[in-house]
Amino acid sequence: MTAANPTTGTAAPPPRARPWTKSKILGHVLMAVWILSGAYLVFYLTTNIGSPFFARYWREYVDGFLVTLQIVSLSLLIGAAISVPIAMARSSSWKLLSGPAYAYVYFFRGTPLLAQTFLIYYGAGSFRPELQAVGLWWFFREAFYCVVFAFSLNTSAYQAEILRGAIQNMPRGQWEGGQALGLSRPVIFFKIILPQALMVALRPYGNEIILMIKGSAIASIVTIYDVMGETRRAYSRSYDFQAYIWAAVLYLMIVETLRRVWDRIEERLTRHLKR
Amino acid sequence: MRILRLAAAAAFVLAGVGAAQAEDWSKVRIGTEGAYPPFNSLTADGQLVGFDIDIADALCAQMKVECEFVVQDWDGMIPALQAGKFDAVIASMSITEERLQKVDFSNKYYNTPPAIAVPKDSTLTGTTDADLAGVALGAQSSTTHSNYAEEKLPSADLKLYPTPDEYKLDVANGRIDAVIDDVVVLSDWLATEDGACCKLLGTLTPDPVINGAGAGIAIRKDNPELKAMLNDAIAAILANGTYKEINDKYFDFDVYGG
Amino acid sequence: MNEALTLISFGPDGWGDEIASGVLITISLAIATLPFGLILGFFIALAKKSEEPSLRMAANIYTTIFRGLPELLTLFLVYFGVQIAIQQGLRLIGVETFVEVNSFVAGMVALAFVFSSYASEAFLSAFRGIPQGQYEGGYALGLSRFKTLRLIIFPQLIRLALPALGNLWLILLKETALVSVIGLADLVRQSGIAARVTKEPFLFFGIACLIYLVLAMISSFGLTRIEAWSKRGDVVR
Repeated sequence: MTAANPTTGTAAPPPRARPWTKSKILGHVLMAVWILSGAYLVFYLTTNIGSPFFARYWREYVDGFLVTLQIVSLSLLIGAAISVPIAMARSSSWKLLSGPAYAYVYFFRGTPLLAQTFLIYYGAGSFRPELQAVGLWWFFREAFYCVVFAFSLNTSAYQAEILRGAIQNMPRGQWEGGQALGLSRPVIFFKIILPQALMVALRPYGNEIILMIKGSAIASIVTIYDVMGETRRAYSRSYDFQAYIWAAVLYLMIVETLRRVWDRIEERLTRHLKR
Repeated sequence: MRILRLAAAAAFVLAGVGAAQAEDWSKVRIGTEGAYPPFNSLTADGQLVGFDIDIADALCAQMKVECEFVVQDWDGMIPALQAGKFDAVIASMSITEERLQKVDFSNKYYNTPPAIAVPKDSTLTGTTDADLAGVALGAQSSTTHSNYAEEKLPSADLKLYPTPDEYKLDVANGRIDAVIDDVVVLSDWLATEDGACCKLLGTLTPDPVINGAGAGIAIRKDNPELKAMLNDAIAAILANGTYKEINDKYFDFDVYGG
Repeated sequence: MNEALTLISFGPDGWGDEIASGVLITISLAIATLPFGLILGFFIALAKKSEEPSLRMAANIYTTIFRGLPELLTLFLVYFGVQIAIQQGLRLIGVETFVEVNSFVAGMVALAFVFSSYASEAFLSAFRGIPQGQYEGGYALGLSRFKTLRLIIFPQLIRLALPALGNLWLILLKETALVSVIGLADLVRQSGIAARVTKEPFLFFGIACLIYLVLAMISSFGLTRIEAWSKRGDVVR
């Protein structure tokens, strides 16, 4: 209570205590549960840092992290490249273009990533003679390439929809303004529409990156040693449940860091839109 | 919310409670994989068949207990046993030091060495680590064979599969160059139409620490009565000829081993 | 082509019946998860819009966790972890029974956690779409807080949240595929078995994908109908 009244010397009245409502009790109880679980988790993990499990497997988790990073970044970049023509075809008024693009998007968004990965991985295996004939077998032979291929196609469908939505939601006035300045359509598109659309699309793109990181765990099912793959291998040898706990902590850290960084980026890039 | 969630979780769990029982061994639940022919596999209509299954039936008859089979994926076998999903694992599980830290085992009921199979057109000639350097080698995860590959063949590029079926697919289409598994399992597969792609490269000398002392029946650590019952029953079917009968049904050699 | 038809036919030579049973498991898992996910998600949304900061924070931690973890990992955590936790809990209170968390239940719990954390966001933004005056109107009529919520807010909330919830349902349907990894004989697992045995992976995984597409189409159709029904009270101008 530093805010004493200098003239009278009396202390400022204490802040009005909020009553213990039911929701306050519930909230405090739940927070206590979380804090206790969190404290137990920290305790559990710190006591296990010296355990033989950690000594033996931590390097594998680092390797797995790098593999996850490679799969996710490659897939997202390739997917972004594929998504542009798809989004363009999808918005085309020409049915012969928009129809197949629609089917492509519908297929990859409407089926599980797991089934798509199996379809490509095991499906490619059964077409070995044909793939060899066209000289593509070296690509589909590697599980890593198959996974990146499957994930790229999958994310390209989602990214195409994000892109298309953002472009279509640009007000017509932006086009008209460009035309009034005598700019050609491609110039208007690339210099006026696309930058603004990408700005609007920042948030859904961020969500897509997070979805991809989480989805990449599926790679572990087709012999890839990503974080999840290393986790399953460690668990299958040690039967020590901390294998999964470490993986959970690692994934949460990756996703949370990314989310925060992305929020920062978004805030910075859209600062001119803030009033 | 948390309480609600717990209550709801408890409700689901109770709905999923299997027959809970204490130390009464009139009924024994047996976990097996159903993907490891000729030891255990599933027919198209979902029936379990194989050497392990016949041995399990014979042991149950010998112990005069009722047996119920539970099919469980291999990499969840020991966790499921520990969690009480079943009481014994009869699924060609090798008795190893690593596993003995988690579970208990009966005496062995067979013992066969590991081996490596390769596609027929393979240029591989030997089974040493140097021979297999850089070779994509498939194995079922969580097995003594995958451990063997990790320890003894570190230069090979090990790929782990959930069941033998997947590595069989991948070695047949050439995605991997070789597979490591039990010699009996590989020979059985090579003799079928599916296995026509491949040939046996060679049998490996088992490492007693990694490969253990043959396949036993895994049980939880706190079940000495069940262990005694199983050991007695194994000895009994070996003595009374039941074992030989089952052995001869599947193999033309003695699978019990030395 | 005829060969493929035999393979997907029903009966002993075909895998039609196995795949059909897988479809049934997939659908029942999604339908069984839905009510728990919705109810949980609704309460979490209530907590998130509460005036009590501790309650909001608790709810936010929950959604951060289940939206940050890969669904596959959540599934493993529940399948192996909950089993171990229950067992240790029971041992602690001296009960020596075995409680089994089977793969269906594990899948249901894990998917409900994930679904509810996303559904809470849908409910929350729907809550934001309802003007304060609606609550005040309810109180002015002398309705209790609960009755206002149930009679006035809830019907509007459902209407506002439906499109987002419909999307979540479609995602849920796809995510059930992950339970195949913990051994539940759903559509993907049954197709996988058929693919391995017949050596026709492309055919069977292709069929699985098509079935998911058909399920999605049926769902979309149903959702459109439900949305139209929920809007029947809208004023036609």
